[in-house]
Parts: sequence; C-alpha cells; structure tokens
Amino acid sequence: MSFPWAEHYAPKHPLMQWVDEKLPLPRLVYNAIGAGYPVPRNLNYFWNFGVLAGVALVIQIVTGVIMAMHYGANDLVAFSTVEQTMRDVNAGWLMRYAHANGASFFFIVVYLHIFRGLFFGSYKAPREMVWLLGLVIFLLMMATAFMGYVLPWGQMSYWGAKVITGLFGAIPVVGEPIQTWLLGGFAPGNASLNRFFSLHFLLPFVIAGVIILHIWALHIPGSSNPTGVEVQGPQDTVPFHPYYTAKDGFGLGVFLICFATMLFFAPNFLGHPDNYIEANPLSTPAHIVPEWYFWPFYAILRAFTVDFFFVPAKLLGVLAMFASILLLFFLPWLDTSPVRSGHYRPVFKKFFIILLIDVAILGYCGGAPAEEPYVMISQIAAAYYFAHFLIVLPLISRFEKPLPLPGSITESVLAKYGKADGEIAAVPAE
Amino acid sequence: MRRRDFINIAAVGFAGVGAVAVVVPLIDQMNPSADVLALASTEVDLSAIQPGQAIKTTFRAQPLFVRHLTDKEIAEADKVDASTLRDPQTLEERTVGGKKQWLVTMGVCTHLGCVPLGAGEGENRGEYGGYFCPCHGSSYDTAARIRKGPAPKNLEVPKFSFTSDTAILVG
Amino acid sequence: MVRIGAFLVGLFFAGWLFVSFLVGAYSYVTEPPAKTVEQAFHLPPKHVAFSFDGPFGKYDKQQLQRGFQVFKEVCSACHSLKFVAFRDLEALGYNEAEVKAIAKQWAIKTPSVDPATGEASTREPVPADYFPKPFANNVAAAAANNNAIPPDLSLMTKARHHGTAYVYSLITGYQNQPAALLKQFPDAKTPEGLHYNPYFANLNLAMAPPLTADGQVTYGDGTKPTVDQMAQDVAAFLTWTAEPKLENRRKAGLATLLFLLIATGLAYMSYQNIWADKKKAA
Repeated sequence: MSFPWAEHYAPKHPLMQWVDEKLPLPRLVYNAIGAGYPVPRNLNYFWNFGVLAGVALVIQIVTGVIMAMHYGANDLVAFSTVEQTMRDVNAGWLMRYAHANGASFFFIVVYLHIFRGLFFGSYKAPREMVWLLGLVIFLLMMATAFMGYVLPWGQMSYWGAKVITGLFGAIPVVGEPIQTWLLGGFAPGNASLNRFFSLHFLLPFVIAGVIILHIWALHIPGSSNPTGVEVQGPQDTVPFHPYYTAKDGFGLGVFLICFATMLFFAPNFLGHPDNYIEANPLSTPAHIVPEWYFWPFYAILRAFTVDFFFVPAKLLGVLAMFASILLLFFLPWLDTSPVRSGHYRPVFKKFFIILLIDVAILGYCGGAPAEEPYVMISQIAAAYYFAHFLIVLPLISRFEKPLPLPGSITESVLAKYGKADGEIAAVPAE
Repeated sequence: MRRRDFINIAAVGFAGVGAVAVVVPLIDQMNPSADVLALASTEVDLSAIQPGQAIKTTFRAQPLFVRHLTDKEIAEADKVDASTLRDPQTLEERTVGGKKQWLVTMGVCTHLGCVPLGAGEGENRGEYGGYFCPCHGSSYDTAARIRKGPAPKNLEVPKFSFTSDTAILVG
Repeated sequence: MVRIGAFLVGLFFAGWLFVSFLVGAYSYVTEPPAKTVEQAFHLPPKHVAFSFDGPFGKYDKQQLQRGFQVFKEVCSACHSLKFVAFRDLEALGYNEAEVKAIAKQWAIKTPSVDPATGEASTREPVPADYFPKPFANNVAAAAANNNAIPPDLSLMTKARHHGTAYVYSLITGYQNQPAALLKQFPDAKTPEGLHYNPYFANLNLAMAPPLTADGQVTYGDGTKPTVDQMAQDVAAFLTWTAEPKLENRRKAGLATLLFLLIATGLAYMSYQNIWADKKKAA
C-alpha cells in the first residue's frame, strides 16, 4: 500500500510509541490522511469533493442523531414532533434546517465528485474498485435520502413514499406483494414510517463503513490526478498532510459558506411547500415531485409512455430508471480508452459537455409537471443519456485519437508554473 | 516565529474556535424545550382536602404531595427539637405564610428518588406518621423530615405561594 | 461481451425512447393539448412589501399584533392554529399578564375532563396551551363548512409558494368570474357555494371572502383598518406563526457567515503559505 518513498510513522513521544505498539490507530490515520500518504502534486479543486462528502456525512449523522432525539416515529405525531422541534427545542430549527439542507449539499458534493470521476477517468484501471464502491455509497445515499424524506410525514413524504414504493408494483406477478411487504400495509402508514425511521438511522453508518472501504481501495493505487498520468517518482507527489489538508481546509471553508448561506437565509428554497402540509391519504398534491437530487432519474422514469409489446410502459420506466444507475457499474469496461483524463481526449470532452447539459435538462424535466413539452424533451434527453454511456462512449474510446500526454506529473506542473522562476507564485495549484 | 507559521496557527486556531461554537447548540438542544418549561408551574385547589388527608399531583412531571395536617400532627412536628435532626428544619420553615397545616412537598425520596408511601388513603406512613419510602426504608415525620433510614435530606419543599385561601401556585 | 450487451441495451432504451418521443410528438401536433381554465386564468400572487423581506428584514411587532387581532376576530372562528401556543405570543411584544388575559378570554375553550364526573368538558386556556381548535374533529369541521375543512393556518405561509403574498392575494383577490372565462370555458362556471378567486389553485374556493369591509376590525394603534391593511397584517402574522424563529435564524446566519469568511480567508492564506515552495520551478 502506498509508494516506497512515503514517510514512515515514527512517534517520538513514549506514550505515542506505547499506543502504536498496542493499537496502531494513529499510524493508520497517518498513512491514510496524514504525511504518510503521498498524493500527486497537481490535484485541482475538483479533488476537494471527496473530503467534503465525508464532512457532509458527518453533518448529517450529527444533526440526524439530534433530530432523532426529538422525533416521534408514529404517524399520529411525526409531523407535530418535527414542528415542535422547529419551534420549542433549543436550536431545534437549526438542527432541522441543517439536516434538510445538509442532505441537498451532500448530494451536490457527491454529484460533483462523480462528474469529476467521469471526466478525469478516475474509474479506469487500476481504480475500478474505488468507482464501484463509490456507486454503492451513492445507491445507499439515495435509499437513505428517500426514507428520510418520508419521516416528517408531510404530503410529499406520504405521496413520495406511495409513488416510489408503487414502482415495485410495476414488476409482474411479485410486484404487488413486494410493495405491500415494503410498506407493511396497503398504503404508507405507521408501519412504513417506523421501518423507514429504523433504516434511515441505520444506513448512514453502513455508508460510513463503505466509505472506509472506498478509501482503502483508493490507497492501494493512490489518488488519480488531472493529467491521468501515473505517479513515477517522489518528485510527482507531496504528502497529504500538510499540503492537501491545507487545501481541503480552504475548500471546506468555501463549502461551509455556501451551506450556511442556504441554511440561514433560504432554508426552504430546495424543499417543497407541500411538505408543510400534514400527510393526508385522501388528497393528492397537484404535482408530486421528489427532492431535486432525484429529478434526473424521475424524468427517465416518466419518459417511457409507450408499451413495448407485452411490456407495459410503467415497467419499462422502472427498469430504465434502475438501469440508468446500474450502467455506471459497467463504466470501467465500457470506456476502453487508455487515456484517463478528458483533457487529452478531444472527442470525449465534447460528448462529456453534452452529457452535462443532458443531465441538467433531465433534472429540469424531472422537476416539471408531467406535461408536454417536458415529456418529449425528457424522452430525447433520456435517449441520449443511455446512448452516451452504452453506445457513444465505447465507440469514442475505440476511434478517438488522444492528444499527446505530458511525460510526467512534474512536467505538467512545470509547464504551468515554470515561468514564475525564482519568485513565489501567488496562484493556487490548479 | 516566522510569518508563515503564524498564519497557519491562526487558521487552525480559528477553526478550533468555530468547532467549539458549533458544539454549543448541539449541547443546548438537550436542555428542556420551551413547551416543557411552559408547564413548569402547577396550580392546586386545596378546598377539597380534609385535615388528615393528602393528595398526589404532579409538578414538573414528578409527584407532588399536598397534605392537610391535623392539629395533632402539627403538634407532633413542633414537639421535636429541630437541632437534633439530620436535616434541621422546623415545620414553620417548611410551610408558607404561617399556614402550617398545608405541607407541600415533592413526593421524591431524597435517597434515590422513589415515591414514598403515605399520601394515599391507607398507605403505610412509617413509624413517624409522615411518609415511608418502601425502597430502602426511609421514614419521614409529619413535617416530611427525614428521621430514619438512608435518605440524607428532608423531602424537598418546592417554591409555592397562596393565590387564595384555598389555592396554591407551585413553581 | 460487456460492450456488445451494453450496445444492445443502449440501442433498446434509446430507440424505444425515440419511438415514444415520436408517438408523443405526433399526438402533440395532431391534437395539441388544450389550455385548461386554471392555466388560462390562475394568477401568481401579487407583489406586496413587508418589513421582513430580504435577508436582513425583521418582523414589525405592531403589525404582528394587528394581524393577530384580525386572526382572533375573523379567522379563528373557522381556522385552527394548532402549532402555536398562547405563550408564543410574548414574541409579539405582549407581556406575561397580557398573554394570560388573552388566553383566559379566548372565545374557544380548551377541551378537558370534568374532575367530578370524568365527562368531556372545557376549561379556560392558560398560556401553556396551544390555540384550541374551533372544531372538535374534521367531521365536525366539514359539517359546519359546506363539506370543506378549513385548513390549519400555523404553517400556511410555508405550505404555499410565496406564502405571505399568497395569503394576502387570496384574501384581497375575490372577484366576480370574468365574462371572458365563461365565454372561453362555458363549463367552468363557479359552482353554487364556492367563490371565484384567481389566486386559488383551482380558481373556486369554498371560503367566503373573510374581509369584506374597511373597519371590520378596530385597531388599537390607530392604523386605518382598510381591507388591504388587514390582509397585509394577517399575512404578516401568519408568516410569523409559520416561521417564528426567522429573526434568530438571520442573526445567527450573519454571525456565522462573518466568522466563516474570516476563517476561510485565513485558510486560504495558510494554504498559499504551505504550497509556496511547491509552486516554484524546481
């Protein structure tokens, strides 16, 4: 694990030596995120989002455990205990808004982290396992977020639970029994609320566990970098601490500024007003939408409007929605180009930009009502989404002629900063 | 100290201050919430309590004993030399406004917090005729002072006042 | 193998989506979706300015008190306010004794149990009580209101898009159904017992206009009680009931942001310092 020139943990204080002998935890941390982990010296700001995602998880767990202290997982009181928390508990409004907006910010940083990986080819050998574990984390996050959104037991909670569990009803024969089993009833009710609460509390800790595996898998080949050229020697790396702890500290500050602005000045901007109405099984909101981070997938789900012979459109939509995420698991074997970074892949780069726009369009359509022209737009956008990963990407990697790669990481850094000879460059590492 | 070290220390120090500031609300949220505090006072109607009787009600979610002492019980309590007691207090000091017949105490044994017997009809009042805690055998007298057993203090008298001749406000 | 499978799956999904698109586009062109009456006549909330607008706005306590008075004298006959307690009114500038008096004199009593008989009874509310509901349950509420249950108002301004302006617009937005509407949508005549209001999602509202005449409420502070003023005041009051911690939130936010800006500035300088020698040509 790690490069031969990594610094070795050598505690000086006798107490630390004693601890290291009995339980080498400080050594583990030192080698994982300390000076003992050599990291390419040319990482740009996109490499901040992994650490930020970890911070977001911590924010969610801390505020979530606190919310659970004041929450009653019962359909009769769930809505009012959340309101009580907002009104009467000391700093309760802060905890609630931090948890609700924290979920959004967790997804924002994770999406940036994923797109970073997509552009810079971080999923390619030898880092396939890092990518696969990341996708597992992403799936767990989606499940956790969905169940958490049910807990306040507002109208969107209730109808979201109904619609999403209804997806399973699309599966032939076993669909309806599965839906009933998931809900513990024929519609969302107390049983559903209790199991969602239990699982919503459990899953974040499972996520934390998979994150450890994710980081472990990362440390075997070491971090990727914006050139995609592998590390060749000590001159290409810097120790994680203090170089990247300092950079992550700055990134964390910027992240917290964005988070605090949202949390304190527009806490309901990303939410939906209908969730301030208590769940009512007898009245459906005019326009059911999930939280924004599910919108692209929701658009894919709704894009299927025509039955394919004996396969109903609803089932196709469900299959496509799951496929749209599952296909990412095959990405390391779909994109066979030996060049990692999108910077040196002119054709890939163009299609990557189209993909970004495409996902944004899908997101917009997913949040819009299920009316024309949004459905037609999402059909085209969803078609491109599948075509991009399953058809375009394998073809590009076969026929594209990549640009010449720099000889090494150091060479690329010197090309950028070489002119600043002798004086301290005031530009951050890009 | 070099300038670069100073800036690094300042940055880390600032982050530390921020982390401590964040902990404050995280701890404060466990304090009683506004709705709990709003119920921090209790009104008790005394008109139906006959001499020799006691009622159990609740104050801050704990049992509250309101006892109408008989003249005999008052005399028994006054007879004792307070200075000889484990927790020296006279009945006078443990009642309000000269109305010595109204003994208002928490129903929480000062030993480990059990509810003593003696407020309910026919319950064991212990050998001093006040209250008796069945958990570890603490006996309280007719002024609810600890006389025997492991409890270190008299039953607590909460802050209360008479709102009329027949009503009190506790808390 | 993986790539051939992927190609086929991709071809299937993309192809079938394209077919779906063509089917949808064909029907869109041949029979374009007709505009619904809501799409044609529903209006977004009016623009109206409040003291708590913007990131640093604060509640105007005088206005909240006036709004509370409107709620008390007009809205509370039908609408509950179940997440607000009398004790919360201290935030409007009432002192403890005033809050106690407001609770004691509240027209609707708090349900309780008769201590002598154990039967259902009522008692005067105390400050710790939440505002009692005007109807014992939804069935009673529906029966008394032509089958429309008056919604709880505690969170109303957060439960609608642009809630404060929505409440104001709804209250002041009643009007006769436009002739143009009936001409275009002859079937959309407002049903008996409902009231036309373009700010309501489906245009026809069960609630009769609650504020009908200037001076319906007599303000203690000398403000002229026009319908417009009363509607603004009650909208402001309901903003407070939905978000009572608004001022604390903004104050805390300002302090947090100031701190974070300085901390982030320091972090940036520290980052530059640490990296200084790595940016030089080797």
